[in-house]
Amino acid sequence: MAGRGTIGVTKPLNRFSSSNYPFRFPDGAPLLDVQNLTRLFIGPVSFRVADGECVAITGPSGVGKSVLMRAIVDLDPNTGDVRTATLDRAAAGAPEWRRRVGMLPAESGWWLDHVGPHFRDPEATGKLLPALNLNPEAMAWEVARLSTGERHRLALLRALEIRPEVLLLDEPTAALDQASTAAVEALLKTRLAEGLSILMVTHDPDQPRRMADRQLHLEDGRLQEVG
Amino acid sequence: MDGYIALSYWDLVIASGFLVLNGALSIWLKLGLERRLAVAMLRMVVQLLLVGYLLKSLFAIQSPWLTAGVALFMLLFAGREIRSRQDRKIAGFWGYGIGTGAMAVAAITITVIGLSAMIRPEPWWGPRYSLPLLGMVLGNAMTGISLALDTLHTSVKREKPAIEAQLLLGATKWEAMRPFTRRALRSGFMPIINSMAATGVVSLPGMMTGQILSGVEPTEAVKYQLLVMFLIGGSTGLGVLMAAFGSLYRLSDGRDRLRLDRLTQAETGT
Repeated sequence: MAGRGTIGVTKPLNRFSSSNYPFRFPDGAPLLDVQNLTRLFIGPVSFRVADGECVAITGPSGVGKSVLMRAIVDLDPNTGDVRTATLDRAAAGAPEWRRRVGMLPAESGWWLDHVGPHFRDPEATGKLLPALNLNPEAMAWEVARLSTGERHRLALLRALEIRPEVLLLDEPTAALDQASTAAVEALLKTRLAEGLSILMVTHDPDQPRRMADRQLHLEDGRLQEVG
Repeated sequence: MDGYIALSYWDLVIASGFLVLNGALSIWLKLGLERRLAVAMLRMVVQLLLVGYLLKSLFAIQSPWLTAGVALFMLLFAGREIRSRQDRKIAGFWGYGIGTGAMAVAAITITVIGLSAMIRPEPWWGPRYSLPLLGMVLGNAMTGISLALDTLHTSVKREKPAIEAQLLLGATKWEAMRPFTRRALRSGFMPIINSMAATGVVSLPGMMTGQILSGVEPTEAVKYQLLVMFLIGGSTGLGVLMAAFGSLYRLSDGRDRLRLDRLTQAETGT
């Protein structure tokens, strides 16, 4: 079963200093280990993402990149073994799993009128707003006042706030201009350096080169390593 | 029942003249309502005449099994009505089962308690008491449940990104759906709350008016009406709660996922 679409174990990447990060595991231990994941027309696919590594997933529209991400966080029924270095998805409750393996969907969701109450610590997270080219007062705003790009950057901060070990990003900069894209990428690079692992879907042809250590290509339900 | 005045069929024909006048107005003003008005009027006449004869013979036969059979028919019909009043329904058996089941448990429990412990006719299931009471309880539970489920299914579908955003931040399915559950429960409870608040001032309840017209002392009729309103309120609330939570249970699964694949498409478009 493991043959089709299998990607080998990656070498740990040591170019980031991460000695002070609490979730550091012995070199070589994968932080996200996906084995024989199957959902609808996808898979079985197997791949690993190392500690502090950024892996980009590319492929034509409608090929199922978002479907694959939703399956990893268990948002849709799927089969396969998925684990982090310390947690087996099958043994963990879904809420606990999603706190460790976070995901930022392409469309951000809001369930209250104002921005602030969507955050665990609006005050602390609010200090990060200028770094993402956001108005420092935005925490006090109504959600309805935000543009799509603003919502998306705020949703990224919200996803980072719960300090996941792995973060799945579905086109994190699709709605953003160049300056905001650069700001988001700079923030993500800091978090990568601190040991966060990132799996990102992107349609920007240059983004994998700027951000990713490796690139996987999804087509016809199979994942292939690029380059 | 001393001051009861019997009506002749001629009285009814004359009264129906007002409705016929409405139909004529509709034709004259090109409102296009005359057909629907006529069909609704005809249905009402046929249904009520039939039910009158049916009740008359049921009261004469006094069979517990026949009474139970009629109650079951009412229940299944109301269950079908709940399903058809939802724009988006749960697919398959549960689309019928949740609403009907919740209504059945709530309405039957409360009606049986009301009959056996409060009204206490002899026998307690006597069709003269049990069927009208069940009808009133069922009718209101049906309205409340169908409103609650319609609101719930529509908002869960529309708010999918908001619900999943919460799930992705580690919320349980109950936490993530709480704002939408609250909205659905509120719309299910609203008709009964409104009718309790307005009753006696804006409108006199139909049952009470009927009793007064048939010669019962107003204070006695009020006591009956209050009892019935308490039973109706209790069963509607219970039914709405059970149906909404049953539906939420079905629209999610053990891995805290939102399962919109178990919802049918809207019939009137989005």
